[in-house]
Amino acid sequence: MLYSDISRTKNLRLIIKVHNMKRVFIYKKYERFWHWTQAFLVVFLAFTGFEVHGSFSFFGYESAVDLHNKAAWALIILTVFTIFWHFTTGEWRQYLPTTKNLKSQIEYYLTGIFRNAPHPVRKTILSKLNPLQRIVYFMLKVMLFPIMIITGLLYMFYRYQWQGEMKSLGIESIEPIALLHTVGAYLIIAFVVVHLYLITTGHTISSNLNAMITGWEELEDDEDDKKDIKENKKKE
Amino acid sequence: MKNSIIFFLSVVIPLVIITFVLRDSYKENTNLEELKTQYAALHISSVDHSQHKELQKEFKNAHEITETCISCHNKRGEELLSSPHFTWEREAYIEGRGITYIGKRNLLNNFCTGIFSNEPSCNRCHAGYGWADKDFDFTNQYNVDCLACHDNSGLYDKARGGSGYPTPGIDLKTIVQSVGKPKKENCGYCHFHGGGGNNVKHGDLELALLTAPRTVDVHMGVDGANLTCVDCHTAENHVMKGRYYGLSSENTNRATCEQCHTNTPHTVYKLNEHVAKIACQTCHIPRYAKVNATKMRWDWSTATKKTEGMPYEMLDSLGNPVYSSEKGDQQWAVNAIPDYLWFNGTADHHLLSDKIDFDNLPLKINTLFGSSRDKNSRIVPVKIHTGKQPYDSEYHTILQAKLWGPHPGVGALWLDFNWELALKTGMDYVGLPYSGKWDFVESQMFLPVNHMVSPSSEALTCTDCHTRNNSRLQSIEGIYIPGKSYNATIDNLGKLLIIFSFIGALSHALFRYISYKKLKANN
Repeated sequence: MLYSDISRTKNLRLIIKVHNMKRVFIYKKYERFWHWTQAFLVVFLAFTGFEVHGSFSFFGYESAVDLHNKAAWALIILTVFTIFWHFTTGEWRQYLPTTKNLKSQIEYYLTGIFRNAPHPVRKTILSKLNPLQRIVYFMLKVMLFPIMIITGLLYMFYRYQWQGEMKSLGIESIEPIALLHTVGAYLIIAFVVVHLYLITTGHTISSNLNAMITGWEELEDDEDDKKDIKENKKKE
Repeated sequence: MKNSIIFFLSVVIPLVIITFVLRDSYKENTNLEELKTQYAALHISSVDHSQHKELQKEFKNAHEITETCISCHNKRGEELLSSPHFTWEREAYIEGRGITYIGKRNLLNNFCTGIFSNEPSCNRCHAGYGWADKDFDFTNQYNVDCLACHDNSGLYDKARGGSGYPTPGIDLKTIVQSVGKPKKENCGYCHFHGGGGNNVKHGDLELALLTAPRTVDVHMGVDGANLTCVDCHTAENHVMKGRYYGLSSENTNRATCEQCHTNTPHTVYKLNEHVAKIACQTCHIPRYAKVNATKMRWDWSTATKKTEGMPYEMLDSLGNPVYSSEKGDQQWAVNAIPDYLWFNGTADHHLLSDKIDFDNLPLKINTLFGSSRDKNSRIVPVKIHTGKQPYDSEYHTILQAKLWGPHPGVGALWLDFNWELALKTGMDYVGLPYSGKWDFVESQMFLPVNHMVSPSSEALTCTDCHTRNNSRLQSIEGIYIPGKSYNATIDNLGKLLIIFSFIGALSHALFRYISYKKLKANN
């Protein structure tokens, strides 16, 4: 199937390259495990967290606190493993933010997508994320997650028990910690909402979801990529 | 397949193991078993006083008994002379006031208001004999009453209006031969009856504690540890551990839960963290006055009314007086929920010579110091007793009325029912200026609740405090309580953000659907 077949519209402003589609193994096993475990933990933490916040009652306060703490530890451990994985596989490079094509990516979501224009940035194994994803995920990784984990750990350990005695980290009030943790929670939920929707904006409505489940996705042919890279190098 | 196994072994299993290892470790760190063993041991007296030759006689008067006690316990009399049970006064440093010498001897309250001019009646509860007026000799060790605390026969009784002397006709010989370590009954004789009747003043100290089960008081319950008062309120040289902040001011020599239970008494880690800001009593005394009612309000302004020329009394369905001509209107509570406030163990007191601050009514008879920012403060449960009591409307000081008298005609309110006269007589006795103009002022007293500790199964649970509405700590400020506290701006902005995310996604989806339909139609 060709992209160009379905993209023949009147107001086409973008130059469309014609590529062959090919089934590609894009998300490795660990990556998918990490993604879905993290997804579950984040949703679970949000749910139990807002019960602790007093927004509703479901598990009961004591259980909610307990479950929230345990899920937090699971997420921290998962994060440690995943950081290791990112560095050993070099996958961390995927998240280096870039402004290249950022504008066209935003334009795509604002206009192009309604015209069924093709994605301005192609998804490849070497570059799975579009520039917008790169920035957002980068901020998640260096800002939001660290803030949540640090405030969460302070929340747990601003007072702690050591050898039968209560010790304190010398924090006068947990209010700023708690409030920052709450702000982070709202931002993450907003992210999840938008993220869930943007899943449907792939090649087909379910192709992104299927890829994250099976690991396989229909992408534009890798061979073409390599040619492109060579051509670009020549131009430069 | 091989990959999945390696993946499972290397990632999932360690994750699961580490999660379990890092779980709260439920290490038993309480010493309850040791305490139970320690306090289960019966106290065996090393002395049988009934065999002492010195005690085989009829005593002519009370002072002679004390003299006999001191003839063996020859330093104890001196000890008593400097013990608050005898002096009714302590030296205390009070923030903003300096060194003071205050106590039951000279402080006022909003129950019977104070002892001045009422000594023969009030001082029935003094650990001494003969304190009838200002001339009492606090330096004479033979004025000490040993029996009030050390009678073990249960026969000892001090006379009504008798300035602390025993009731005439009681079997002093048997009583003297019974002496030993104080029992609940000894302490309760006075401390259960503060305010002029059972449980009137404290709300957590009353006669029921002599017979109540552990659901009422886990420590003193007769079917439980059956502790006596002095098990916790230990004494050194006759100075007892423990503070009543209607009189005390300093954070020293207090009887605390921690002296037995340590400050990490819970097996659940998270609960031990609470200890820094929450007093044990806050969770473990969910209610006080569990058996008999305690007085919550005393409005003196309605006293002296008569019906058909006679003083009268009205009782509620539980038998508590809600009105009496002697005392005015009164309110009672049973199974009461405490109020909560920050307290660091120091307190100030309104003195008879202090001016009333009319910008800050009700007048605080005692002020418990503490705030969320103070490291020594914890949230404690208190009984707040409100009152309406006489004051000098020109000099703005609290007035001391003469309430009790041996017979009508000496100005006593309870016999002559004349405020004018009672205040004049009282203030003449006190010796402080009195303009002769009087009115009534709203007052408050703050009484920390420390007894009637419930079994742990009845302690407060998380959501008694960690809840948006109706939190026990609803009025507590300056501390972030998860589940109760929140920042409205953050919550509102956060909710808006999520709503806008939804709206954004939905409208984007809708546009996509419409344009998809259009494109399809065009093709």
